[in-house]
Amino acid sequence: MGSEEKSRVGAQVITVSSGKGGVGKTTATANLGISLASLGKRVVVIDADIGLRNLDIIMGLENRIVYDLVDVVEGRSKLRQAMIKHKRFDDLFLIPAAQTRDKMSVSPEDMVQVTDDLRQECDYILIDSPAGIERGFRNALEPADEVLIVTNPEVSAVRDADRIIGLIEAAEKGPGKLIINRLKTDLVRKGEMLSSDDVYDILGLDIIGIIPEDELVLSASNSGVPVTLNMNSQAGLAFNNIARRIIGEDVPFMNLHGNPSLLRRFLRLFDGR
Amino acid sequence: MPEELFSIKGTNDGLLVSLSTTEKWQSVTDALAKRIDDKRAFFTGAKIIVELGARPVPKYELSSLKALLERRGLSLSLVRSDSDTTRQSARSLDIRTSRNSGRAASARKPSLGKPADADATGSRGVIFRRTLRSGRTIHSEGHVVVFGDVNAGAKVVAAGDIVIWGKLRGTVHAGALGDESAVVCALDMNPNQLRIASYIVTSPPGKRSDILPEVASIRDNQIVVESRD
Repeated sequence: MGSEEKSRVGAQVITVSSGKGGVGKTTATANLGISLASLGKRVVVIDADIGLRNLDIIMGLENRIVYDLVDVVEGRSKLRQAMIKHKRFDDLFLIPAAQTRDKMSVSPEDMVQVTDDLRQECDYILIDSPAGIERGFRNALEPADEVLIVTNPEVSAVRDADRIIGLIEAAEKGPGKLIINRLKTDLVRKGEMLSSDDVYDILGLDIIGIIPEDELVLSASNSGVPVTLNMNSQAGLAFNNIARRIIGEDVPFMNLHGNPSLLRRFLRLFDGR
Repeated sequence: MPEELFSIKGTNDGLLVSLSTTEKWQSVTDALAKRIDDKRAFFTGAKIIVELGARPVPKYELSSLKALLERRGLSLSLVRSDSDTTRQSARSLDIRTSRNSGRAASARKPSLGKPADADATGSRGVIFRRTLRSGRTIHSEGHVVVFGDVNAGAKVVAAGDIVIWGKLRGTVHAGALGDESAVVCALDMNPNQLRIASYIVTSPPGKRSDILPEVASIRDNQIVVESRD
């Protein structure tokens, strides 16, 4: 935004957004946080969905919450006190959203302040953006160095992603990268679902990961043990691959039942486009 | 003469409506209201930037202008003025304000595409150098050129021609003030809805295998789309 150059020392701030609700933002944030931590990175995930908090449940940390983001912003708690350490990873922390307040309790400037205070302490800060294009989204977007846009291969989700990408570009946070979530390869093959190529064709954004539909995700989210921790899960593996791409590794796209276009997509992404 | 009471110009930020600084406020706003009512299709959903020059506009006058626009479904997004009184009025109505001079300088920057704007008859236009994504609307009293795609959910409305150097998936309305000679060109023509003057067509469903640059125009009282060789 402002004229002064933002200092990029310390952590990279990555905001996960979507526009449409229910496409898997929170699931993606939790899984990427865990994957990055399992790769040895120090990670803080922030739930910016104030009033409708979810991230703590999916990460299995709900019963450990004492202070939340609004407490930090309003000075009732120190940042450290609101950071909940994950059960398995000592270098993974969650700053939960407040359940009882709304999005107006936090301003975009507050979010910049919080992330700036955290930058020295960790490698990655992941922000789970609320659905919509209003204040909550603005809060999540303002401190972002990079934006990941989650969409499903459905026309309505892609339309909303397009809208969000326009707003991200207008805020000069663009172009962002795309996560296509819940792809059903059998439906794509029958021509009943948009393919990743179709989504790329509409949005024109680099794809950083494609998550196949996987029943294990739901049970994992309900039990508070995100699916990346399950070695048998295709979706978990796909999230793990995204995390490795985030830290700069060159990871080929998974072969989702021999779809040749995925290989091309991968080449386009990494061969200098 | 409405031309002397106000002028309208398409900009990247919305429609810039410059009101006369000398004519009576009532006659200026009456004329503006009449123009909007006459050309409803052109104005629909537009963001309006009002330029008031040095005229001091009290709060009640500005408030009535805002109401006038809002009744017609238009949003008053910015008031440009050199008068402290006017800016004070705008602020108390929760409307964004800016000084004319400073704003005018920065506003001129986006129209580096000027040479392409003026044609023989002097009608103006706007050039966009990026993809228009869903939710974005462009209005121009002249022509519109987009170097990029017009995605589904985006909308372009022009009194003149519309040229899309990219994929057309959204809604376009050429000749929006009634010019039936207006045309729409696109490299890949597959609009959600295409209008020229008062005619409307939608794209046939299904994917096409051959994608060619095409031109839409009115012939024999209907819109025809054809490739040019």
